[in-house]
Amino acid sequence: MTILGWAQIALVLACVLLAAIPTGRFIARVAAGERTFLHPILGPVERAIYALAGVDPMRGQDWKGYALAMLAFSAAGFGSLYGLLRLQGVLPLNPQGFDGMPPYLAFNTAVSFVTNTNWQAYSGEVAASYLSQMAGLTVHNFVSAATGIALALALSRAFAAGKVSQLGNFWADLTRVTLYVLLPLSVVVGFAFVALGMPQTLGAYVEASTLEGAQQVIALGPVAFQVAIKHLGTNGGGFFGVNALHPFEGANALTTSLQIWCHQVIPFALCVTFGAMVGNRRQGWVLLSVMLGFVIAATAAIYAAEAAGNPLHLAAGVDAALGNMEGKDVRFGQALVALFTATTTGASCGAVNAMFDSFTPLGGMVPLFLIQLGEVLPGGVGSGLYGMLIFVLLAVFVAGLMVGRTPEFLGKKVQAREVKLAMLAVLVLPATILGFAAISMVLPAALSSLANQGPHGLTEMLYAYTSAAGNNGSAFGGLTADTPWLDTTLGIAMLLGRFAFVVPVMAIAGSLAAKVKVPEGTGTFPTHTPLFAGLLAGVILILGGLQFLPSLALGPLAEHFVMLAAKTF
Amino acid sequence: MPDISPPIHQGASTRTSRASGSAFFDRAILGRATGDALRKLNPLSLVRNPVIFTTEVVSALVTVLAIRSAVTGGEWGFAAGIAAWLWLTVLFATFAEAVAEGRGRARAESLRRARTESRAKLLVRPDDRTLWQPRAATDLKLGDVVLVEAGDLIPSDGEVVQGIASVNEAAVTGESAPVIRESGGDRSAVTGGTMVVSDWLVVRITAAPGSTFLDRMISLVEGASRQKTPNEIALDILLAGMTIIFLIAVATLVGLASWNGQPPSVTVLAALLITLIPTTIGGLLSAIGIAGMDRLVRFNVMATSGRAVEAAGDVDVLLLDKTGTITLGNRQAAAFVPVPGVSERELAEAAVLASLGDETPEGRSILTLARDRHGVTSPALPADAKVVPFTAQTRISGLDAEGVRYRKGAVESLIKAVGADPLPALSQAVERIARSGGTPLAVAKEGRLLGAIELKDIVKPGIRERFTALRTMGIRTVMVTGDNRLTAAAIAAEAGVDDFIAEATPEDKLRYIRDAQAEGRLVAMAGDGTNDAPALAQADVGLAMQTGTQAAREAGNMVDLDSDPTKLIEVVEIGKQLLITRGALTTFSIANDVAKYFAILPAIFVASYPELQALNVMRLTSPESAILSAVIFNALIIIALVPLALRGVAYTPVGAAALLRRNLLIYGLGGIVAPFLGIKLIDLLLNLFGIY
Repeated sequence: MTILGWAQIALVLACVLLAAIPTGRFIARVAAGERTFLHPILGPVERAIYALAGVDPMRGQDWKGYALAMLAFSAAGFGSLYGLLRLQGVLPLNPQGFDGMPPYLAFNTAVSFVTNTNWQAYSGEVAASYLSQMAGLTVHNFVSAATGIALALALSRAFAAGKVSQLGNFWADLTRVTLYVLLPLSVVVGFAFVALGMPQTLGAYVEASTLEGAQQVIALGPVAFQVAIKHLGTNGGGFFGVNALHPFEGANALTTSLQIWCHQVIPFALCVTFGAMVGNRRQGWVLLSVMLGFVIAATAAIYAAEAAGNPLHLAAGVDAALGNMEGKDVRFGQALVALFTATTTGASCGAVNAMFDSFTPLGGMVPLFLIQLGEVLPGGVGSGLYGMLIFVLLAVFVAGLMVGRTPEFLGKKVQAREVKLAMLAVLVLPATILGFAAISMVLPAALSSLANQGPHGLTEMLYAYTSAAGNNGSAFGGLTADTPWLDTTLGIAMLLGRFAFVVPVMAIAGSLAAKVKVPEGTGTFPTHTPLFAGLLAGVILILGGLQFLPSLALGPLAEHFVMLAAKTF
Repeated sequence: MPDISPPIHQGASTRTSRASGSAFFDRAILGRATGDALRKLNPLSLVRNPVIFTTEVVSALVTVLAIRSAVTGGEWGFAAGIAAWLWLTVLFATFAEAVAEGRGRARAESLRRARTESRAKLLVRPDDRTLWQPRAATDLKLGDVVLVEAGDLIPSDGEVVQGIASVNEAAVTGESAPVIRESGGDRSAVTGGTMVVSDWLVVRITAAPGSTFLDRMISLVEGASRQKTPNEIALDILLAGMTIIFLIAVATLVGLASWNGQPPSVTVLAALLITLIPTTIGGLLSAIGIAGMDRLVRFNVMATSGRAVEAAGDVDVLLLDKTGTITLGNRQAAAFVPVPGVSERELAEAAVLASLGDETPEGRSILTLARDRHGVTSPALPADAKVVPFTAQTRISGLDAEGVRYRKGAVESLIKAVGADPLPALSQAVERIARSGGTPLAVAKEGRLLGAIELKDIVKPGIRERFTALRTMGIRTVMVTGDNRLTAAAIAAEAGVDDFIAEATPEDKLRYIRDAQAEGRLVAMAGDGTNDAPALAQADVGLAMQTGTQAAREAGNMVDLDSDPTKLIEVVEIGKQLLITRGALTTFSIANDVAKYFAILPAIFVASYPELQALNVMRLTSPESAILSAVIFNALIIIALVPLALRGVAYTPVGAAALLRRNLLIYGLGGIVAPFLGIKLIDLLLNLFGIY
């Protein structure tokens, strides 16, 4: 680790925080339906959408109405995307003449983009037409992100007022977030990426002669603007198979830094939004500080592990100064790779600018563990906030009793119904990840996908289900993902990770919204203090992480100690 | 100063801890609890407790495996050891509950004795108390009218419809001084099992057989009718959820671990599962609830449900009657205010003489004030003196001594009676006294007005500090009084309450409670009169006085057998203590998992990856010893924490922030550290005795 490296990390994070504050306040205004500086241009568009769709933005929905609208929208999105991917061979904007996607892969891909996961069992440049990329995948990059944010806004409203039944209007939230938040940011960032050298073209791939005289096909496409929303919406699905490691998707340190900024700014901003919406800014800051603390700690852990390098390599005479550079690009360097990795896995983005499969065991364990902690650090756009609020409710419930009152958060009592729903939501990750991984580790059809033996093989499988259930979408690597078993089960894991989690969360929102808002007093459990931040971090580690420890012990931890003992597989 | 009664109670925690400490080590209770603990192993009853039920199922499974190994000639010692300690874990949990129940049982026994077969004198005609027929108390129906005479036990709960008698209620309240019960008014309720010691009463029965106050008390202290409280249910769900999560984590290990070598044996996985699921709090949860109720019972307060105790912890607003709760029951002389031309001493001497024959506390306080402030000693009552007693008509009292008439009384009455001209100076003084919350009495000697005595409500010593403590706890105190606003405001300021309701009618109280509840606040109040019944019923915690009316006792959800409304404050503290104890042990239990992982994980995987020995930070002797030590610790910690569960976590009225900081440090951080030490110690002992 170097001072310069840490300076880069600090600079990027500082830019994130500086932008998160105004962005968060802006989102709060958008959520409230207030007028913003974008309304003169986009206001008519918004009204036109409502008129076309027959939506009355003023009509509130209760939690069931909101959740059903979200589920219906996602189901329709899945159906249309599945159809598009299957039929891309006969549809226009297909200069490379790709065939339609096979059914398993199309299912997996459609689920992946509808759930904001962007797990890619395909390689964009050899399997997806420009139409699929633009009208299918990019559209879902927008709306799946907007869906997540909308859900977070609905949950925030449940804390904001007392004795209400309505949580807002899903269609209005979806439209407003897309129009006023995601679209403008993407346009600006997209142009920035173009300026930084990212392609944005509908032209066919270019054939080039290499210096040795060989022929090479250089894949191109409408990259820049898709990459903008890919990061801003914490989607993470790369235009190219190797994601942000591809020179056209991550040209240099500046591009990679901007990408990190993009997939961090909205998740952090939503904490500010939450604080503004519930009328308690400090509460927003406490959530933000916990998230930031984990991001910094995870970055440090990856950075330290990777900079220290692999002792076996060092023993073989590799230059120790660089650390473990396998799977990494020198144009990013250790610091930005560590920060990118911690943020992309902490934020449910899933873009990668290095190959985790080549990390040291501990360096590779950090992204795995970050996802297992529930994708709340800071988590995906929206999903990070609502996931974090579930942990907050559990932390408040466990420790809140210790001040001698029925636990309450922001004046809302946390009682049996909330605890039950929160536990239902919390159960989804371990059941899905560990369940599928355990079956796969004894199933020959699944094991044939593994490239590695020993604990590393286990990590690869564990990571795939973790990434899917956490709706992260990053690939550890070393796994042939496009098989019927993996396409199907990973697809199911993604569906469970998104919807089996969200429905209880919305039920909690409904239950909390209906409650009286108890006024705060000195007897109230304080949730806006550093002490609570520490408590919340502890609860995330213990309730969110402890159940994965045995599997980690068998995977990366075992690999680490085995490596120290100079044993290979 | 006259002595101050009733005394201010000490904090509940100190008071109850002493009582429970001795009871916990009572050998008879422990002996009986052991038997009960075994009986409670019945899976049908244990299924109510998901964590311990899971433990029992797993214990049975490991037992079967151990037996199978023994029969087939395999290695069975380790499995048998694990099975034994898993069973002990279950047993310790049921034992904790049994001990908690046993503590109430002694009280129940003494209550039962009071309920023993008594014969009632059923009146044939309610208005004729000469004609009655004997009837077993248990056969009395609602609405029956019975005669109870001196020496009779009152057969059932009822309302006095005729007569006045002194009743010994020691059987219920433990207080042996008899109390007066009479028809009409606020002293008309009688309790079955209490004894008439003089005179007679005609009582209309108001409780159906089996549902008398005594019956309810018995089932309450025995914990027979115990239902889970809302917070307990929520906590149970959390614990069940965690059990499922760890069940998944452990069960999936079979698949995950088979990738590299043999998966761990079922015995080892069982040990891992049981140490990870929150058995500590799962085993102690119901004991904590029972002990909380028991603490209240020891404090002589009967709650009709655990829900009420829990609600007490949540209370944000306390409605307290002024008289008897905030102030001493009677007014006391606080100052002499002479009119111009009269010295204070002159006034004091006249006041003393006017009060010589006045035996009321007010009258005596005048003598005390004159002596303390002006050195005026009270002379003996002159032989020829004639005492003029106070009457409601004249509102004046006094003394005629040596031909001089000394009078004191309500200002206007006295002015009228002596026919003196009202003095502007006196009017001003009177006005000022009233404004500051006092009551003025005028004093006259031979028809000449000398000045006024200021009588003041004396705020109980120490009550102001209690209110400050309550405020730190986040509880608003509201004084309820029939006084006018001026007086009420002055006393409220002196006592340090947050708000007051002056000239309060029962409707005012009810409205205040409803308004506070609409804002999401929980309200507690104490009351005894029939007037209080609607407010008692509306309040989240309604503490009725045992001396109060039947209506009040039924409307409230708690009855204070000592009839001391100040105890409302302690009731709140007991409620908070109950919740804190649950939270603290939950935190402790969950925090324990960290160390258990470090003990067991390296032990179970060391066969596949010997290098994982590096995670064995406690340097435990062997895998078997590590696993067994963790299981033993997990079982013993339940027993070790039983006294804490029964006594409750110490509660001091500080703000929530300070409370959280302290409890997190003790039970959170302590919960992480303690098992590291405990497991290491057990491992050393196992090693020392050559077991491993």
